[in-house]
Parts: sequence; C-alpha cells; structure tokens
Amino acid sequence: MIVLYLMIPISLALGIGFVGAFVWSVRNGQMDDTETPAHRILED
Amino acid sequence: MNETISRLEEVTYDDAIVRKFLLACMVFAGVAFAAGLLAALQLAFFPLNMELPWLTFGRLRPLHTNAAIFAFAGNAIFAGIYHSTQRLLKTRMYSDRLSAIHFWGWQLIIVAAAISLPLGFSQGKEYAELEWPIDIAITLIWVIFAVNFFGTLAIRREKHMYVALWFYIATIVTVAVLHIVNSIEIPWSYMNSYPVWAGVQDALVQWWYGHNAVAFFLTTPFLGLMYYYLPKAANRPVYSYRLSIIHFWGLVFIYIWAGPHHLLYTSLPEWAQTLGMIFSIMLWAPSWGGMINGLLTLRGAWHLLRTDPIIKFMVAALTFYGMATFEGPLLSIKSVSAIGHYTDWIVGHVHAGALGWNGFLSFAMIYYLVPKLWKTKLYSDRLANVHFWLGFLGIVLYYVSMVAAGITQGLMWKAIGPEGQLVYPDFVETVVRIVPLYWARALGGAFFLGGFMVMCYNVYRTIAASTEVSNETVRVRNTRYSSAGEGHRALEGMVTVFSVLSLIAILVGSVIEIYPTLSLHSYIAKTANIDPYSPLEIAGRDIYIREGCYVCHSQQIRPMVSEVLRYGSPSTMEESIYDHPFQWGSKRTGPDLARVGKKYPDLWHFRHMVDPRSVVEKSIMPSYSWLVKDKTDFLSLRKKVSVLRNLGVPYSPEQVAQADRLAEEQAKSVAQAIHDQGGPEGLERREIVALIAYLQALGQKEKQPRPTDQVTVKE
Repeated sequence: MIVLYLMIPISLALGIGFVGAFVWSVRNGQMDDTETPAHRILED
Repeated sequence: MNETISRLEEVTYDDAIVRKFLLACMVFAGVAFAAGLLAALQLAFFPLNMELPWLTFGRLRPLHTNAAIFAFAGNAIFAGIYHSTQRLLKTRMYSDRLSAIHFWGWQLIIVAAAISLPLGFSQGKEYAELEWPIDIAITLIWVIFAVNFFGTLAIRREKHMYVALWFYIATIVTVAVLHIVNSIEIPWSYMNSYPVWAGVQDALVQWWYGHNAVAFFLTTPFLGLMYYYLPKAANRPVYSYRLSIIHFWGLVFIYIWAGPHHLLYTSLPEWAQTLGMIFSIMLWAPSWGGMINGLLTLRGAWHLLRTDPIIKFMVAALTFYGMATFEGPLLSIKSVSAIGHYTDWIVGHVHAGALGWNGFLSFAMIYYLVPKLWKTKLYSDRLANVHFWLGFLGIVLYYVSMVAAGITQGLMWKAIGPEGQLVYPDFVETVVRIVPLYWARALGGAFFLGGFMVMCYNVYRTIAASTEVSNETVRVRNTRYSSAGEGHRALEGMVTVFSVLSLIAILVGSVIEIYPTLSLHSYIAKTANIDPYSPLEIAGRDIYIREGCYVCHSQQIRPMVSEVLRYGSPSTMEESIYDHPFQWGSKRTGPDLARVGKKYPDLWHFRHMVDPRSVVEKSIMPSYSWLVKDKTDFLSLRKKVSVLRNLGVPYSPEQVAQADRLAEEQAKSVAQAIHDQGGPEGLERREIVALIAYLQALGQKEKQPRPTDQVTVKE
C-alpha cells in the first residue's frame, strides 16, 4: 500500500486546489449574484 | 467590481473548430457503436470472432471502450466546450493555432489507438490500454487544450464565470492528473511497457483512475454541457443557479475518493473498501441535485417534450443520468456488489450511463448545434423523433437484458445446495443460461446504432441544404475591463510562453512523482512469500495481456463460500505483489483464473486454446489457433526481465542475463509434456507453450503453501 503515500497527497492536493478555487470564486464575487447569471447566458 | 463599465466590442467566434469536432464526433460515434455491436454479437455467437487475432473479442472490446470514451464522448465534449466557452466568456478562443493542434492531435491519437489496439499493443489496464508513446501524446495534447482553455478564461470579457465553465475546469485539471499518475510506466520496446505499479497498488491506482475517468470525462464535462445547452434549448434559465453551485462543489469534492468501490471483497485492505463505499453513497446527493435541477428547468414548459426533439433527448438523458447515479451508489454497497460484481449487471449499468446520458446528451447537442453552425434549419424533426424512439428502445432492451443476465448469473454463481455443494459447479452452465439475453442485448445495440444512422442522414441533409457557412460575429458588452489596452490584451501574444511553462510544470510534476516509485523495491519483496514468474511465464503473461484475456477472466477470488468452493481459497494481497500490471479483472464472462494453475493438464490447455469446444462443449470462448503458429519472442525477455528487476521484482542478475535461455529450456519441457500427453510434437518455440506455462503458474507461486490451500470441494 506504499502507493497511498503518493495517492493521498495527490488527492488532497486536488481537493485543496478545489478549496482554493472555491475561496477565490467567493472572494472574486462569483457567488454574489445567484440569479442573473442563469438569465444572462440566454442572450447571445 | 468597481470597473464594470460596459463597452460594446465586436467578437467573431471560431465556429469552424466546433464544426470540425462535431463531425469527428459523429464519425467516431459510428465506429464505437459498430465495434460495440460486433462485440455484443460475438458474445452471443462466438463464430463471429472469425479466428482473426485483431478482431477477436479480447482486442475488440478495448477498441470499443476507447472509441466510445475518448473518440466519441471526447470529441463531443470538445465541440460543446469550444462552442459554449466562447459565448459564455464573450471572446474568441485564446489561440486558433492551439485549437487546430488540439483537434488534429486528438484525431491522430484516435487513429493510433485504432491501429495499435487491434494489433494487440495493450497495457492490460481497462480504459488505459493505450501504450506509452500514445500516453505521452495524450498528455501533450491535453496540456495544449488546457493552455487554450485557461488562456481564453484569462482574456474573457465577462467577469462572471457561469457554472458550466467550472465543470470544464474540473474536467481539464483532474483528467490530466489521473492520466499521468495511472500511466507511469517503464518501456521495454518502442511500443510496449510495464507500469511501475504492481498488484494491489496497481489495482488501487487503476480504479482511482477508472472511476474518475467516468467522473471527470463522462460526468463533469457533460454536466457542464447540460447546464449550458438545456437552458439554451428550452430558452429559460436553469431552475436554481444556487443549486448548480452546490451540485458542482459537492461532486468534485466527493468523486475523487469513490474509486475503491470497484475493488469490494478483493484483497484491497478493508478500510479502503469501506472508504470507497461511503463516499460512493454520499454521491447520491449531489448527483440527484443536478438531475433535479436539470429537469425542473423545464417547469412550465413541459409541452416542449412533445414538440421539440432536442428537449426530448435531454430529458431522457437526464433521466438516465438519475438512474445511473442512483444505481452506482447502490452497487457500491458491499452486499449488493457481492451479487453484481463481475456480472453483466455492471455492463448494463455502464451503458445506461454511456448510451442514455452521454449518448443522448451528445445527440441533443448535435441537433441543437448543426442548424446553428450551418445557418439553416434541421432537415426533419420527424426523423429526429424516429431516432429518439429507436435509441430509447435500444437502451431499454440493452439495460433490461443485461441486468437480468447479471442478477441471474450472480445468483447462480452463489447458489449452494442443502449439502453445502455448489448447485451449478460447471461455470459454463451459468453462461449458457444467459446467452439468449446476449442476443437481446445485441438487438438493443442494433436499434441504438440504427437510430444513430437516421441521425447521420438527417444531419447530412441539413448540412447539404446549407448555403452559408461562416463564423458568427456579435457585439458584446465587456463587463471586465474599462479599456482595451489593459489586462487580458497583454496576454494574447503569449501562447508559446504559456505552453512551454505548462509543459515544464507537468515534467517537474512527473519527475517528483516517478522518483519515489523508483525506490519502491526497497519496501517490498524482502518478506514476500512469493516466487516471481519465470521468464517463460512472463512471455506467456504478455500474450495473456495482448489477447485481452482480462476482459473476460478475473484473477481475484473473493472471500465468499461460493467462490472458495468454486475457485479455491481467497486471493491474498501478496500473491499479485509482482504483477506489473495487476490482472484482477472486472468481469467474469468466463471463470476466475487466480488458481487455475495445475488444475488441468497441459494438453487440456492446448486443446482449449485451439478449440475451446473440444474440452468444454458449450463454451463461448473464441479460438486462439494462431498461438500454435506464432513464435515466442524469446530475445526480448532479457529486456523485460531487466525492466521488472528494476521495478523491484527479485530476479538475480543471472536470471536477467540468461532470461531467453531459461525460457527456452522451460519451453522444451512444457512442449515435451504436451507431446507426452498425446499432443503434437515440436511446439517449444510457439506462443501457446509460453501461455500455458503462465496459466499453470497462476496460484502456484507461494513458496510455502498455507494450510488453507488444502480446501477442496467434497461431493
């Protein structure tokens, strides 16, 4: 099960990466408006 | 956010690349479906293997799965991503050149796969069969795709990133990581290699990859496409944007841990199995959140289901998504897996997802995009409806027959009579019982392929009627930057720089990953109570992998009464410690082979490979008569054994230096045994001898057999 020493860090790195992306998206205001984005894509 | 001064700018989208990916998707869909139908027919009627090495089931099945996943679904994803990303970000793709390299590179990879898989170049790991030069090409092209996509994100004119884009991001990042980790391998020729992982380690890496290939190649990108194309097709906003955000983050955090549910009851440590099971069950919530979100988008517009074939396909796709993601966690519960694993139930489950979810969503997208991209109307709504019903009928036939076959066979394998004996001791009895269902499945596949051909005709007529093909130009509001000279404009000339930087990052990452694996051998071997395979057995094992035996035979006995009675004591972790790659398998169309060694005489195996019906009357296994003609490649054994030694398999330097001679000696004695038992003479240089040596070694490599090995079936 030596491979776990590789896989757990990689999986955690992915997870932490996603947490980072989540934090960025909140700070960047990506989640501020949960209503208009759904409408905006309808107009090209 | 204080800079959201709106300005009108003109953008010309690159739709030519979308048209290319779309047509490639349709071409390879045809190949994937036709290969699948032929494979299905081969299981119902073995003579269709035609004794052609390159068309036999064991080589055709990897061709079918790789074509369906990477060629059909892959090109569908790329078409959708290139089309929707430009519109969601209100910008043309970052670099037309990178788009073109991505397109042609990916098609070349597919062609290389379509040639190398039938020729038998295989790593013996499901959905990761492609050999090392192609693996490297996939990595390079994927990086180019990533640079192009993230470059487009960087130069976007729309500050807000719609949820579909998040699904695309997760796809690109995770697929890269999965592919690289699972493909770390050491070549022993220009087209062959051994993975650095072995046994249980390889099993864990492979199913971490395999499960997440489903998650991040067949689920997240298609969810992204659903979140864009369903609202567009219905012309109404998604039911809850808030739910879509929860859906996304829930999925990406849970999916990555669910892989071990493919290894329930194997010799993987139990805690890892339980972990995989728990995370799989947790997936119920976000998956169904997404399905409900999609379906409720149509609230108040259900009449479209009657009139609009695109909506019809999408609703069916979402329903199949809901079905498959309900069934997946169900099958991940250990007691359900005990019946379903290794049976056709899993095959049915996979196809509910692949045909229903990926297939129908791709078809919906194609029906939506073709008229838009060729600036015309769909030739016939009627034919699209015909396609829908043919396809739908096909999937239902496929799914119902396979679940029935799986549960029937699973219960027959487990059936134990009042005196504690197996009710169906002959494996082939359980096969004969489900052959009619194999016919029903093939019929379902034929319906699905027929529906697809109707679509091809419809699309052909639509495109033929098109008079104008051009890229769409629109005026958009820039909500991100106040002047054109700022920010993203500076990035536009930096395609090469970004590509090179990404490559370096990937290379550094790979080195960091490979380094610890090179010292792996210091951790294993010393205490192992296992002898490695002899050089001849290694040659035979490579034939076993080349012919794709693992797609129908497992090498993993589960700790259950019925399995111990049928196959012998449960497999241990140690037994496959030197298996590069592991060959535990995932499906038993034929019986498990973990302890087949010494069960039958050599001559039995010889006759069985030449004509399986000569020893097992009702067998559906293909004949492998070419193994009697083709010669064993003794010379490459030195290289092979040397690579394995470097990976930690305890061969002595003498064994490496004399690998070919040792193999020839053993081959002589096996050939002599076959001759003594009444078989033909002079087989020592033929491949069949190497294969028989390997089969006879299975389950025989323990240095000191343990008392539990004495378990026998008493009548």
